[in-house]
Amino acid sequence: MKLDFTPEETAFRNEVRAFLQHALPDDLRRKMINRDHLTKEDTVRWQRILNAQGWAVTHWPVEYGGQAWTPAQRYIFQEEMALAHAPEGSPFNVNMIGPVLCKFGTAAQKEKFLAATANIDIWWCQGFSEPGAGSDLASLKTTAVRDGDHYVLNGQKIWTTQAQHADWMFGLFRTDSSGKKQQGITFLLLDMKTPGITVRPIETIDGEHDANEVFFDDVRVPVDNVIGEEGRGWDVAKHLLGSERSGIARIGLSKERLSQLRALETRLAEEGTLDEEEQRRLAHKLAEVEVELRALELTQLRVVAADAHGGGANAAASILKVKGTEMQQRMTELVAELAGPAGLAMPDHDHARNDPDDGWVSAAAPFYFTMRKVSIFGGSNEVQKNIIAKTMLGL
Amino acid sequence: MDFDLNDEQKMLQETVTRFVAETYDFQKREHALKTADGWSREAYAGLAEMGLLALPFAEEDGGFGGGGVEMMIVMEALGRGLMVEPYFATVVLAGGALRHGGSAGQRADIVPGIAAGERILALAHSEKGLPRHILAARTTASRSGDGWTIDGCKIAVIHGQSADTFIVSAMTEEGLSLFLVDAAAKGVTVEGKRGYDGVPVATVALSGVHVANEALVGAPGQGEDILSHVFEEATAALVAESVGAMAETFDVTVDYLKTRQQFGVAIGSFQALQHRAVEMLMQLELSRSMSILAALSLDIDADQRSRNISAAKAQIGKSGRIIGQEAVQMHGAIGITAEYKVGHAFKRLTAIDALLGDRDWHLARLAKMRGVYPVA
Repeated sequence: MKLDFTPEETAFRNEVRAFLQHALPDDLRRKMINRDHLTKEDTVRWQRILNAQGWAVTHWPVEYGGQAWTPAQRYIFQEEMALAHAPEGSPFNVNMIGPVLCKFGTAAQKEKFLAATANIDIWWCQGFSEPGAGSDLASLKTTAVRDGDHYVLNGQKIWTTQAQHADWMFGLFRTDSSGKKQQGITFLLLDMKTPGITVRPIETIDGEHDANEVFFDDVRVPVDNVIGEEGRGWDVAKHLLGSERSGIARIGLSKERLSQLRALETRLAEEGTLDEEEQRRLAHKLAEVEVELRALELTQLRVVAADAHGGGANAAASILKVKGTEMQQRMTELVAELAGPAGLAMPDHDHARNDPDDGWVSAAAPFYFTMRKVSIFGGSNEVQKNIIAKTMLGL
Repeated sequence: MDFDLNDEQKMLQETVTRFVAETYDFQKREHALKTADGWSREAYAGLAEMGLLALPFAEEDGGFGGGGVEMMIVMEALGRGLMVEPYFATVVLAGGALRHGGSAGQRADIVPGIAAGERILALAHSEKGLPRHILAARTTASRSGDGWTIDGCKIAVIHGQSADTFIVSAMTEEGLSLFLVDAAAKGVTVEGKRGYDGVPVATVALSGVHVANEALVGAPGQGEDILSHVFEEATAALVAESVGAMAETFDVTVDYLKTRQQFGVAIGSFQALQHRAVEMLMQLELSRSMSILAALSLDIDADQRSRNISAAKAQIGKSGRIIGQEAVQMHGAIGITAEYKVGHAFKRLTAIDALLGDRDWHLARLAKMRGVYPVA
């Protein structure tokens, strides 16, 4: 047993770190540090820098632009990205539709979409949730009815992140409602410019517009746009939600936030914002959160090490999503506590939060609010616990 | 990065785990608790036969030179069985003081007896009226003739009533110092009690106890250094023991959820209980990770070692409490009866938190050191 990374892994870490240091534009780094909202152009610009380096879609198969990295390298890459304040790129492109196309796409679909997806020449959004289908995703009702060589879509999706920017959507649609609800679901790709699609914004509690409702009114989609087989979309969706676990606990992000908290601890004490008793209590809270983070980090590393020789289901892996999201939320909660009453004023969008000293103050509470979503999306923590109870405990 | 045991470690794990499972079931433990000693000489002899009592001692002292990982393996297995024998008291605590402070002559004199299971030693350090876990004492040792005279009173001496020899901490002009004291020496009074966790514990009064110069373990004033090292190793050992006790508690509880029928169904079909069982699993796995960290930290630089070991003890303090309380709750009334294993595991987990600094104590230490991670 040993905890150290190998010399090769450390060399790889240094290579990643050096690249990020010169490749990440200063204005993006500043925005990330201040938790400012990234524009579509910001995300696209950074993804293309990564793509030019060959690092935009590292966990895709090598033939489609991925890297033959070990689980440890994937872990290191993600950690260094977070510590360097680099944006993560579009999860819909990189982590969702890309791997699905690689596994289930036809030659023509791969040819048409993969390179464009890696480079965000196409911006994707995900059409899964519906007003009546959240945690119970399989109860979705938006229909796709075959009409010649097209499907005709009617219904509504909701919580569609960044649909306002999207060129294309991948989504789940009901093509058959006669059997079990998991059957008769079809995975479709559709051009967001198709007539009959209406996107309506939803403002979220952080004051931002990321989420949308998407309405379908006789939207015609070519049958060539089915991924996999008609009626087998649930299998495709399960693959999409269950891939890649070397970074699932988001240790790097939490470490980056911890370093922010440690810097604030020093600064607020020096400025006299926190009295001695508050400083003492904060030091205790930070010790507490660091213990949890170290335990979670090591649990993640146990999974990374297990994945290097085959992996498979294990108890350590099952806890990462739940505990990782709880940790991310705890970090943002502490930053919001530190901002205190000075953090009441909402950030001013006309002047980006680029004040190097105080940008964090107005960003703290909105960031805390928005991070509540991480234990809800992608299978809520309660759904995760249902799955663990069934698969790991046999209950 | 490697979290796998090597072949020898795997064999050790199999051997000791099988020994505990096959020879130390709950009834055997209950029986041992009712004997005059309050523990099983037979089981202890079994540990000696497997060489486990010699495990951490150097090969030149007749030991096997086992390190943190080997100790973790053994303590986790003993934790699963809730073993009350004096392994921790004699091999980890007193044995640790001998390893880190004892002279070659002292080790040659004592280690073979420990390894054979024939000699029981106990570390007498804690006292009333001092801050908990402080490396200081009110007990004094003053030079007299060719030796020392020791006066004071020690509490919470684990297995003190079974010990033939104590290692006693006492203040000298040079600072905290350690002495070997024969339990039969004039002026030594031992009052034995049963610990709530089943482990015997004693108060040891020392009144004008005379020991020879050779009784010093380490140099005068070296006690703080020796004990701080011993306590960190012992803390790592307790962390591993608690992981074993948590794992056993968790397994027993999940079995119970599957078999206990109420309202016509297994109670494990209720989501309220499922989610709490999952939280227990999470606490167990986080604790397991920290036990590995502690085991691998024994030989690193002192500053980071202290951080890692305090972090591990803080983690298991929380996890042990959650797992112990939830196990009792989910068992219902059977969980609070003395005749069922889960209640005993809960009590041992409670004791482990109290020993060598509880969660708050270690968090306070970490707060002073500015956390777990190295400060850049």
